[in-house]
Amino acid sequence: MKPIDIENAQQMLESFINKEVYVHVETTNGAYASHFNEKAYNVGVFVRNAKVTFSQAKIVRDGNVYRAGLKMPMGWIYAEGLTDWEIYEYDKLLLAGHDREGRLMVAMQISETPFDY
Amino acid sequence: MEKHVVVIYPHPDDEAFGAAGTIAQFRAEGVPVTYLCGTLGEMGRNMGAPPFANRESLPMIRKQELQNACNVLDIDLKMLGYRDKTLEFEDRQEIAKRLKTMLEEIKPSLVITHYPGHAVHPDHNALGAAAVEAVGLMDPSIRPTVWAQAITNSFMEDLGKPDIINDISPYFEKKMDTIKAHKSQADGILGNFKKANKLAKDVQDAAKQRLGIERFYIWEF
Repeated sequence: MKPIDIENAQQMLESFINKEVYVHVETTNGAYASHFNEKAYNVGVFVRNAKVTFSQAKIVRDGNVYRAGLKMPMGWIYAEGLTDWEIYEYDKLLLAGHDREGRLMVAMQISETPFDY
Repeated sequence: MEKHVVVIYPHPDDEAFGAAGTIAQFRAEGVPVTYLCGTLGEMGRNMGAPPFANRESLPMIRKQELQNACNVLDIDLKMLGYRDKTLEFEDRQEIAKRLKTMLEEIKPSLVITHYPGHAVHPDHNALGAAAVEAVGLMDPSIRPTVWAQAITNSFMEDLGKPDIINDISPYFEKKMDTIKAHKSQADGILGNFKKANKLAKDVQDAAKQRLGIERFYIWEF
């Protein structure tokens, strides 16, 4: 993955507008957060291959990080803390936020075909 | 001497950090070892800085690393195909029955797995529980011994002194080689050990303190 290129990422997001797409959203601080630091909490959420449509999609810069939001007929999906992006296997948009050590903290991915299991 | 040892852990690298010294020792004695690895560690977080992996490419990278690690240890590998972080949501009975069938085929004299409820990661606890259940379902005449590994910060207080306290110093290099075979994970995790151990001189020292002894409890059925 590479640091987010907002113009191309925006263009890619818009290519999915009004299509049935598969979305992966995830945020995590790992299964060992409170093992290595007893004051920490383990939190995370994981949604893979949710089939959705959206009418509007926007990626917004805030300092060195980005937020991306998708407006659906009946709700929203958004992710915060995104830093890197990649177009994977030609047609899948991967957005992710990594910490200094390169650990994934958050991800939002969109594809017209389902992600592998 | 053991006839055959089966190691049941959920993630590529659990065998490296948890039991590579003990496994290397069995292999040095000529005992066959089979690793039943539950998942491909699909939910690993270490992607590198700058990132060399992403959420989609990580499983295949870790699969290759797992195969490399099993080559380092010279053990057989069977991948169970579950998904990382979902094992506790699967039907435990189903997993247990599947493991039982595999164990009846391999006929091990010893099974190494995580100690359910004392193994920190939900996958460790869930697969450990299924493994213990699988062995419990086996006919007592062919039932292997189970060594259960606890890794919580408080396991000694909670469970008492482990039955097996294996100083793996003679195999420490082999263990580090096995860990390093899991390239995508090794640096991040070894770095964590150093961070958690303020007294350690460096990463190698922290690793030695944390990984130099492998402890197990003999499960009572």
